Amino acid sequence: MKDAFIAFQRCGKHYGSHVVLEKLNASVQEGEFVTMVGTSGCGKSTFLKMLLGTETQTTGKLLFNGQPIVAEPSEDRGVVFQKYSVFPHLSVRDNVALGREFAESPLLGKLFGQKRRQALAEADQWLEAVGLAAARDKYPHELSGGMQQRLAIAQALIKHPKVLLLDEPFGALDPGIRKDMHALILKLWKENNLTIFMVTHDLQEAFYLGTRLWVFDWPQHEAQDSDQHGATITFDLPIEQRDELQASDLEFPENESPVLMEVA
Amino acid sequence: MKRIINLRPSRPLAVALGIVPFILILMLYSWGSDLRKAENERDKLLPSFTEIQKAVDRMAFTPSKRTGEYLLWQDTKSSLKRLLLGIVIAAMVGLVVGVLTGAIPLAGSHLGALTTVVSMVPPLALLPILFIVFGLGEVSKVVLIVIGITPFLIRDLDQRTRELPQEQLVKAQTLGGSSWQIILRVVLPQVMPRLMDAIRLSLGAAWLFLIAAEAIAATDGLGYRIFLVRRYLAMDVILPYVMWITTLAFLLDWSLIRVSKMIFPWYHTAK
Repeated sequence: MKDAFIAFQRCGKHYGSHVVLEKLNASVQEGEFVTMVGTSGCGKSTFLKMLLGTETQTTGKLLFNGQPIVAEPSEDRGVVFQKYSVFPHLSVRDNVALGREFAESPLLGKLFGQKRRQALAEADQWLEAVGLAAARDKYPHELSGGMQQRLAIAQALIKHPKVLLLDEPFGALDPGIRKDMHALILKLWKENNLTIFMVTHDLQEAFYLGTRLWVFDWPQHEAQDSDQHGATITFDLPIEQRDELQASDLEFPENESPVLMEVA
Repeated sequence: MKRIINLRPSRPLAVALGIVPFILILMLYSWGSDLRKAENERDKLLPSFTEIQKAVDRMAFTPSKRTGEYLLWQDTKSSLKRLLLGIVIAAMVGLVVGVLTGAIPLAGSHLGALTTVVSMVPPLALLPILFIVFGLGEVSKVVLIVIGITPFLIRDLDQRTRELPQEQLVKAQTLGGSSWQIILRVVLPQVMPRLMDAIRLSLGAAWLFLIAAEAIAATDGLGYRIFLVRRYLAMDVILPYVMWITTLAFLLDWSLIRVSKMIFPWYHTAK
């Protein structure tokens, strides 16, 4: 087995005496699609923030390609949040081109003339890839929720990140639109050789999209000192045969944990 | 019958209801003026409409005998110059400092406390100091406006900057933006329309400081003029001047909204 692409070694996170996460041990290979579920407040968003670099683990190690991960957001880790991931003051094209402009114009962060045309042409390719080509001159507030998320994805991918972090990206979307987004994200994942970490509340979605499903929960069930114990990854399920598995085949009730106990 | 809280006026009715108070005030004034004139032909407190019209003609459309200038326009020019200069300087300082303290935590904790204390100082109390330091010329009047509204602008823009979704700043970092690039391309353009809002809110205060400064030491200006003619109880000049100042204030406010809507359509439609 080759070295892990991303490795958590006894990672923990606490705020003062409040332990959010503890004893996290996991390693992920390049190209995996990890979906993460768990009850509210179980630390899956904190976990994603550690990967993103906006939070730092308090104990243990978090290795990225064998090196300690950079503790602030960087270009090798793209992100799509549930909301507010796009810039309202820029047109759709400019939103996507911004990543190129940052890279090529250190002083102004803005390109002109030939270079700008090149950046816009590249932006157009990504807009094509996410199916937003027709809306390229609009502003984000003119787009529907699903289109805004497509834009946020295109915006991230123009930087060719190795890792894509998704924080409940489809949580606010209608079911029909969500299905389209699933198809899109799977297509982009394969085409761009991405490693994806995705937090979701929707277990069906987690099973359908992921190659690996993580469940965050508290291993101890003593309620009296839940502050002293953090949550961790209690189940790590490899999911295979995705092609035969349809999202609609999985009829799990909303209440997640009991079902998973049986699955496990 | 619907509850009264659910009854809404139709458009023409709303317009009519809006105009009624103005007409009432004019009628009340005219009645009062007639009443006083009947008692004393030379009463100056409530001049008649013809007297006011004569005064307007004298101030705005006849060259002054002494200087050959049209006083109202000369006053307007001087006052607007001071007002706009003060607002522009205050806006630039407010924008730069507010965005820096809002976007850079290291700057925020130092300047934040200072701004809070400075904004507590009543600006008019500083006017004597300004006159001593900058003399009685144009500078001290402009500086009073700047001192008067800058703390508000700084605090407001600092707040508006902090209100930008954290997600956007994180996203910009994952797109490879440096602190400088993010401030320039993500923060600043989004704070600009909010600056326009903040300026509009501070216009009232700016006028207050302008007129106060002009009243105390000036040789022309709208504020100077009304305080000058006060000595002769010249209500026939003061009243149209006040209306003119009101009109200017309204136009300034209105044009700020128009400009903001023109330059930042995304801001006004997104809300």
